[in-house]
Parts: sequence; structure tokens; C-alpha cells
Amino acid sequence: MTVAAPASAIAPPRPAAVARPRHLRFWLGALILAAGLVVALRWLGNDYAYFAGYFILQYVVLGTAWNILGGYAGYVNFGAAGFMATGAYAAIVVRQALGLDLLPGILAGALTAGLLGLGTGYLTLRLRGVFFSIATLSLTVVLHTLVVNWDYVGGSRGAYIVRPREVPPFTSYGEYLFIVMLGLAVISVGIARAVELSRIGQGLAAIRDNERAAEAVGVPTLRLKLIATTLSGALMGVAGAPLPYYSGYLNPEAAFGLAYAVNAIAMPLIGGIGTWLGPVIGAVLLATLQQAATVTISSALSLWIVGWTLVLFVALAPKGILGMVRRR
Amino acid sequence: MDPTLSLLLNGIVSGLLLGGLYAAAASGLAVSFGMLDIVNIAHPALMVAGAFLVVILGTWLGIDPLLAALLQAPLFYLLGVGIYVAYHHFFERRGDEALQGLAFFFGVMFIIEVGLVMAFGPEQRFLDPWYGFVTLRLGEIDLPLRMLVPALAALAAIGLLYLYLQRSFTGLAIAAVAQDPEALRLMAVNPVRIKRLAFGLSVALAAVAGGALVVVQPVEPSSGQIFIGRVFAICIMGGMASLLGTILAALAFGVAENVTATFYGPSWSPAVAFGWLLLVLAFRPQGLFGKAA
Repeated sequence: MTVAAPASAIAPPRPAAVARPRHLRFWLGALILAAGLVVALRWLGNDYAYFAGYFILQYVVLGTAWNILGGYAGYVNFGAAGFMATGAYAAIVVRQALGLDLLPGILAGALTAGLLGLGTGYLTLRLRGVFFSIATLSLTVVLHTLVVNWDYVGGSRGAYIVRPREVPPFTSYGEYLFIVMLGLAVISVGIARAVELSRIGQGLAAIRDNERAAEAVGVPTLRLKLIATTLSGALMGVAGAPLPYYSGYLNPEAAFGLAYAVNAIAMPLIGGIGTWLGPVIGAVLLATLQQAATVTISSALSLWIVGWTLVLFVALAPKGILGMVRRR
Repeated sequence: MDPTLSLLLNGIVSGLLLGGLYAAAASGLAVSFGMLDIVNIAHPALMVAGAFLVVILGTWLGIDPLLAALLQAPLFYLLGVGIYVAYHHFFERRGDEALQGLAFFFGVMFIIEVGLVMAFGPEQRFLDPWYGFVTLRLGEIDLPLRMLVPALAALAAIGLLYLYLQRSFTGLAIAAVAQDPEALRLMAVNPVRIKRLAFGLSVALAAVAGGALVVVQPVEPSSGQIFIGRVFAICIMGGMASLLGTILAALAFGVAENVTATFYGPSWSPAVAFGWLLLVLAFRPQGLFGKAA
């Protein structure tokens, strides 16, 4: 004879309500927003608007890419500039060697930077925390030195890209680049969101909170980390690949600029780390601020503002803007 | 003598002298990063800020760069204390050191660098002491005083630091705070006060290293960037908290860089040094001179 126990004590705890991903709604919303932006800018018909829009969107991609590794898995990558430059130089190599244009260049940038990301993923086997960050920083210097000494891509003199005046059916090359970057931004944010809401995202969050415990309960930490570093690296490469087409000229100093690395960290932290919306908010705010300060005052001041914003936000609002909104 | 051998010997000797400068740059980090576990990425930027102040002080007062560096050191000690107070208040106390603390120092580094560009412009600055163009000759080997004097000054400063850490009560407390802050508390020593003092000391060391840097080479606001990897590499290879290990690693690093520069051209030297760091990190993260964890 069994002892009857109250039903509530036997019943397994109900799983916590998981918000349904609502992928269709996200993609529809993103498409409508993107289409609205394209229409609005064409109505504005100003070349500078495309220039500034591209500048902001490239940071949406870069911040989102950083967030996949830094925000979801907690591995701080100081080498965003290195990955971005890898994408940019892959696009230049593809153009010089095969005569291929922007879109294949972006694909090449994603592949090369993704492979580099996979390599750094194996570094995480031995390097945790600070040591991983320092390794990414040194990786940037090594890549920088390699490119400076690589004459095929122009060495320290840099490489020129003669861009076509226009690409039909777009009104100008600026609009073409803007729309390409807009598409890339939508895809990147979509990928990051899908990762975040999937089992991969939950596994990465477990790694972020306590890697040893995650490993002990059977989370495949290495595989997840490799996915995160590869994806993050590839998207950083994507952010950088159109850069030579955007500026028409690329030298190592510009491609490996510290400002990219700082922005890639500052934007997710300001918006709210670990959520797909955070880097988008941070990138739009901070990049707009930078554009405004560059145009009205000076580019040095705009970078100074980035530094101060980063320091003030991590000190006073470590959960970013999203964290401030949610607390209310 | 065979010209290649002479070139190699000269490369090694001036590499050792360069290593002296690197030891100065890294010794402060051995205190903050190695002993206090504070990842001060802004350390090289603080060093460059110190170098700029040395140029100003030296030009204004007409004094030797190394003397100017000593004069300004107390100022940087106070700056370091201020940075640590902010770091402790916002990050260490909350237990948020890892990600947020890293981002904090990254931001501080960027603010210093861009601030220097805004205040002085991106050009190179220099200050030549009287011995700047004197070279001693030992047979085939050149000993430029421009390299020798800062290297000796750096080693002297590190020697003083070593004595302070070994002989004084506060110095021993600094070494102890890394290992067991609770035990320190039981001995009626406030670990936060000790860490504040030690961090101020590490930033003052950065400023002194800035003086040595000015003697060796012209400085520009972005000079610190290349030093980030260098000083962390030296610190890690030296086994983090060991001053002797730091000096040995710095000398080895200087020789590796300089010999590469001599034979393959200076544009290759960073890759060798940083490639070396990547290898050390991947295969021996406890450093060449550190004990296995």
C-alpha cells in the first residue's frame, strides 16, 4: 500500500514559461523598418544621409557581432578592429586576385574572419577571462604587422579601390552601399536574436554565468564557444568588408583603428549587454552622437565622447539603457 | 670580426638596453595586474601621459627628463589613487570586476589617448638630454647613452621597489593582499587602503617609465598602443607577480624584438613579440618563470 501524497507535491514543477520566439513578427517588423528607412532617405535625397546611415549601420553589425561572444558568452574581445580589418582586406584580396566586386567580397570577408574566429575559439580552451582579452588584443597587433608587410594589398601605403559611379537600379553608389549595409544589419541582428532565443543562447548564458558548472552538468561548452567565436568573427568581418568600397581607400592605420575596438565594446554595454536589442540601441545612439560631434566640432572630440560615455555607463548603469528601462 | 656576428652582438646588447625600458614599463603592471589582480589596460596610456608631462616640465624648467619624471611621480600617485577609488567603488565592491571592470579601463585608456591628441595634437614630441647623442664603444659593441641611462635608471627604480616590497611592513602587506585579504584584515590592516596605496604606486611607476621612454624615443599619443601587448606579455611571461621574472622576461623580449628588427627590418618586430605572447598564452599561461597553478 502506498502512502497517498498530495498531488501538488508529486507533480513535477512546471517549466518556467518561455517566451515564444515570434520569429515571423520580428522579420516582418525588421523588413518594414528597413523599407521605411530606404524610402525616407530617398525622399531626403541627400548623399550625406547615406554616408552617415552607413556609418551607423556598420556599427549595428559590429556591436551585434561583439555581443554574440561578449554579451552572451561573457568573453571580452578587444580585437574587433582586427576582425573588421580581416574582412576589409579579404574584400581587397578577392578584388585584386579575382576581380570580384562588393558582394563576393563580403562573403569572402565573412569566411576569412569566421575562420579567424574559429581559431580564437580554440584559444578559449586554455584562456579564460582577462587572458583571452589580452590574446585578442595581441592577435590584432600580429595581423596589423602582417598587413603592413604585405605588399600585395598595398602594405603600409594602403590600397585604392575605384568604385563605380552608380549601380543600377540605385540612384547613387552611396545609396547602394547603404542598402547593402542595411540588409547586412537586419541579417546580423536576426541571427543574433535567433541565437539568443535558441538552446545555443541558453548554453552560452550558462557559460557566462559559470563555465565550470555548465561543463559539469553536460553543456557542450567547447562546441558552443566555437559557434559563438566563429559567428561573432564572421559578422565582424561582414561589418568591415564594405569599408574599402565606402572610403575608396584603405590603409592599415584606418582599418586597425582602436576606435573600432572601443566602439564594439561600448555600444553593447551602453544599450544593454546580452540582448539582441542592446547593441542596436547603443550603436544607433553612440554612432549618431559621433557623427554629430564629428560634423559640428571635431573627430577627436567625438572619440573622446565615446570614451567618457563608455566609462560613465559601466560605472553608473552597468546593465545599459535596457536595464534602466526594465528596472522601472 | 665577422660583420653578421657584430650585427648580432650589437642587436643583443641594444636589445638588453631596450629590455630595461620594457622592464620599467612592465614593473608597475606587475604590481597592479600581478599582485592586485586589477587589469589596468590603461597602464601604457598612463605611461605616455607621463612622458608628455615630462616633455612639458623638462622644456619649461630645462631639467633632465628622468629628473622631471621623478618630480611628477607624486602627481601620478594621486591620480592612481583616484582611479583605484573609482574602480573599487563601482566595480570591485560590487563584484563586477570581470567584464565591466575591463571595459572601464579600456575606456580610461581611450580617454587618455584621445585627450592627449586634443591637448597636444597627434605629432611626435621629444626632449633631448645632453647625453642623447653620446655613444660609448666597447670594441665592436656600441653602447648609446640614450639607451643605457634609462635602462640603468629603470633597473634602479625596480630595485628600490623590490626592497620596499621585501623589507617594509606595507610592502609585505601589498604582497599579502593578493593572496589573502581576509588574513590581512585579521591583522588589523585594511586591504582596501593597501590596494589603494599599491595601485597609486603602480601608476607612479608608469609615470617614471614615461620619463625613460622620452629619453629613448619621441612620443606621440598613440605610442601606448604598441606597449599594451608588450607589457602584458612581459608580465605574463614573467609569472605575473614576480619582479625578477618581469625583468628577465623584459630583457628577453627586448632582445627578441631588436634582433628581429636588425635582421628583418623594424616593421616585423611587433609580430614576433606578439606571436611569442600568443604562443606563451596558448601553451604556458602561467608564464615562463611562473609556477604551474
